[in-house]
Amino acid sequence: MALFEMKNIRKSFDGLDVLKGISVKVDKGEILSIIGRSGSGKSTLLRCATGLEKVDSGEICYDGRAMVKMNNGKAEYAPKDEIKKIASCYGLVFQNFNLFPHMSVLQNIMDAPVRVQKRHKDEVKMQAMELLRKMGLEDRADAYPYQLSGGQAQRIAIARALALNPEILFFDEPTSALDPELTGEVLKVIKSLADLHIAMVIVTHEMSFAHDISDKVIFMENGVIAEEGTPDEVFSSENERMKTFLGRY
Amino acid sequence: MNLSKIFIQLASGMGVSIYIFIITLLFSLPLGLLVAFARMSKNVIISGIAKIYISIMRGTPLMLQLMFVYFGPYYIFGIKVSNGYRLIAALIGFVVNYAAYFAEIYRSGIQSMPKGQFEAAKILGYSKFQTYKVIIIPQVIKQIIPSVANEVITLVKDTSLAFTISVAEMFSTAKALASSQTSMVPFLAAALFYYIFNFIVAELMNLLEKKLNYYK
Repeated sequence: MALFEMKNIRKSFDGLDVLKGISVKVDKGEILSIIGRSGSGKSTLLRCATGLEKVDSGEICYDGRAMVKMNNGKAEYAPKDEIKKIASCYGLVFQNFNLFPHMSVLQNIMDAPVRVQKRHKDEVKMQAMELLRKMGLEDRADAYPYQLSGGQAQRIAIARALALNPEILFFDEPTSALDPELTGEVLKVIKSLADLHIAMVIVTHEMSFAHDISDKVIFMENGVIAEEGTPDEVFSSENERMKTFLGRY
Repeated sequence: MNLSKIFIQLASGMGVSIYIFIITLLFSLPLGLLVAFARMSKNVIISGIAKIYISIMRGTPLMLQLMFVYFGPYYIFGIKVSNGYRLIAALIGFVVNYAAYFAEIYRSGIQSMPKGQFEAAKILGYSKFQTYKVIIIPQVIKQIIPSVANEVITLVKDTSLAFTISVAEMFSTAKALASSQTSMVPFLAAALFYYIFNFIVAELMNLLEKKLNYYK
């Protein structure tokens, strides 16, 4: 069974069709990159997958649990309790981090595991410090977000997502808000996560990164999947649009 | 009557003013938050009621509202009120009026929070209540302190309006003293009292603002 599966997802905003029947499947530990022009629907796809937007139609499952399914031609979301359980198995890293500015780095990482998952403070703190070490930021535990560089803030945001022990982590253009010299440090961290066997879905404009890290790549255009396959297949595709798209990078 | 006697009498009036001030803040600050949520409610009836309430409170003089609360029970319902009702009427009037102003301040603060904060909280699994309690309201408080400080300082001066329903607060006392002494001195002394009161309030608000400056 796939860890994450979305089938035939449709979503429109004010009559504009952004997703026109998208199906995606991600297995345990698999890494999927989604590439494509701005406005092709990549971010909307992630927002639908994580429940930030409601789909118009289609089905979404995590680990066999239905978050939304079709009922008489209508999208029907699971009850609140079920949604809450499902939501605990995924995390999302935003383009602009969305750290909580009034909390220190450590509080940012620890608050949700303690408050939401009701885990013990000491245990969470140990995990948080371990995550900070992994991010190379153990000396920043008491800093506040405004004191961090963009690259540091994004690494903290990744640590915050990881502290909830998700099985799948979505990244919405994690390096797009960063200066080029800071992009590398974030990409390096994401690469290092591959060893943790957490499934990842990464929307990105970093082509070589997508090529190196992914098990599977999806090229989206105008709300549909235009090309899909292993990195080598997709990046050497003969698809004209794919070629012009890659030509720009 | 010498100056010290004037001061002593004014001080007891000041006690009543401070009492009105504290009780008003104690109740109107939380009530304002409730009204703000009602105003932002997706239920059009609830948000409509809140909107009308805010509009009336802001659109009519506080002095009239105080009179309405004080005289209303008798003239509308024929209920005879006791003498002690004066102060209670003043408190009700102030709380209900200030809650409306605070509600609008809260609302603008909450609505100016970046959407990303709500979304991050949602993804991390916070409930709606937790999101507001832990993420949103603490940030809103920092942001609205200057506007709240403005209102609080206005409140110090507005307490003198309780005079219109004969509550023996500082202004009533000053006026009584002035006419019995045929002197301006009680008024000047009252002005000094209000000024000192507000000076302390402003300093406290500054202190709070500084305290919350640990982040940007």
